[in-house]
Amino acid sequence: MPIVVENLTHTYMPGTPNAHVAVDNVSLTINEGEFFGIIGHTGSGKSTFIQHLNGLIQPTSGRVLVDGFDMNDKKQRRQGRALVGMVFQYPDYQLFDSTVLDDVMFGPKNIGQSPEEAKASAEAAMRTVGLDPEKFGEKSPFELSGGEKRRAALAGIIAMKPKYLVLDEPMAGLDPSGRREVLKTISDLRTELGCTVIMVSHSMEDVARSAERIAVMNESKLFALGTPDEIFSRTDDLIAMGLDAPQTARLAKALREKGIAVPDNIYTNEQFIEWFGRVRNA
Amino acid sequence: MLKDITLGQYVPGDSALHKLDPRTKIILMIAFVVAVFLVKRIEVFAIVILFTIVVTLLSHMSISYLFKALKPMRLLLPLMFLMNLFLIKTGDLLVEWWIFKIYSDGLKNAIFIVLRLATLIAGTSLLTLTTTPIALTDGLEKLLSPLKIIKFPAHELAMMMTIALRFIPTLVEEADKIMKAQLARGADFESGNIFKRAKAMLPILIPLFVNSFRRADELAMAMESRCYHGGEGRTRMRVLRFTWRDLVAIFVVAALIAAIVIAQKLLPPLF
Ligand SMILES: Nc1ncnc2c1ncn2[C@@H]1O[C@H](COP(=O)(O)OP(=O)(O)OP(=O)(O)O)[C@@H](O)[C@H]1O
Ligand SMILES: [Mg+2]
Repeated sequence: MPIVVENLTHTYMPGTPNAHVAVDNVSLTINEGEFFGIIGHTGSGKSTFIQHLNGLIQPTSGRVLVDGFDMNDKKQRRQGRALVGMVFQYPDYQLFDSTVLDDVMFGPKNIGQSPEEAKASAEAAMRTVGLDPEKFGEKSPFELSGGEKRRAALAGIIAMKPKYLVLDEPMAGLDPSGRREVLKTISDLRTELGCTVIMVSHSMEDVARSAERIAVMNESKLFALGTPDEIFSRTDDLIAMGLDAPQTARLAKALREKGIAVPDNIYTNEQFIEWFGRVRNA
Repeated sequence: MLKDITLGQYVPGDSALHKLDPRTKIILMIAFVVAVFLVKRIEVFAIVILFTIVVTLLSHMSISYLFKALKPMRLLLPLMFLMNLFLIKTGDLLVEWWIFKIYSDGLKNAIFIVLRLATLIAGTSLLTLTTTPIALTDGLEKLLSPLKIIKFPAHELAMMMTIALRFIPTLVEEADKIMKAQLARGADFESGNIFKRAKAMLPILIPLFVNSFRRADELAMAMESRCYHGGEGRTRMRVLRFTWRDLVAIFVVAALIAAIVIAQKLLPPLF
């Protein structure tokens, strides 16, 4: 069953002079098993939007159905929330326990696993994100590097085995190899556990490479929704919005302006190399 | 969730009250408090209430903000009213019902104390609603600066207040985010006995403290790297200036105090 968002609007501080409509009448459906990317410039309402998927904030109007559970309803919200794992933009908001292992075990214990089960889930999750439980398990989460903290925070959610994994800029603050690894981890999780991934990212390359469908948010509204092919063929629109198109899409655009016929659906390095190889051989 | 505190909740605007110099506002607020305490007779309170209403209108503030400021007192005010009403046993007996006896002094006192508290809160809230926290501490620093002669750390105090005020909303917001992050991991803050609940707060408090210490450290570093070295020889971007408005305001409040004093002396008792 999918996540259905209907006419979702969220206003911060309604009825005050500081009222701000952060999400404005957004409707969309996130299908089971897909990799759903959300892009948009800073302040466009992405974080606000995805917090609704977990019922952490309630819509000003409209509703969210997670597998049919209405997140506006207090009872159904509990059930819905159990299906959705949410990794926040900043790991510092989440890490608290004395050791990394204990911290990762926090979630599994909360959903009723015994200490032994929780430990097993935690260790498995740490391995999945590339933190060796032997080496990092007994460390304090506060002495980790930024990237390691991020992985620990991710492990804390993965250990709960959510059906939907919502990630708010999971790769911020990681070095390029770290980015690739975390992105690969996320993709693997999806294929192994069959979980649905919803990822907010500022990196067009990452979204272009992994997402099957992309939502573009602009000034609190859903600006566009479609496959990467559809979204990244609108390079001009993206740039006009203050977003960046993937580097390869910009290269393709520059070549097109020079009179070279690069097809519209080329926006990742791999696609470009493949196309270039074909053209050169021809 | 935690957004409902009015502390330092400045509401932007350009009313006459917004335009006053913060120093004037602080002094006049103190004068207003004195004026409220000067009132000894309940009928004279009408002047204070009238004044509060006029000033509220002048501030272009919607009444709902003042009620919001009164909200934390919603238990205390009725309690004080009832205690005064039933516990004071002087004056004429007005009502007697079962074990309850209401005397005229009790009723007077009960009304009096509620009016006094409500106007005090309304008056002080008007100050914080129409003055940015920064302007407020600026004004306070200026007002306290004569005390520097006796080594009173006016600037440091003002700087500490500025920083504290600056970071309260940040901390509230952060607590909110941390709470959400832990909720997302299945944390439960609402059920269980008091010890269980206190323990459930740990996942919020620890990140909050750790982040605050880190932030304090970073802030100190950032201030030092921009050559902050205390208040000596420091100039300001916004220099405070008295204008004709401040003069008018001072006269108005002086008139209020005079009116209270005269009314109390001359008005024949009504009750
Ligand atoms: N708790 C809050 N109270 C009031 N306004 C808020 C709050 N959280 C966010 N906003 C405002 O809502 C708007 C959208 O914020 P949001 O965090 O959803 O943006 P975002 O797209 O995630 O941005 P970023 O890419 O920087 O993370 C912003 O203008 C922000 O100032
Ligand atoms: Mg965000």
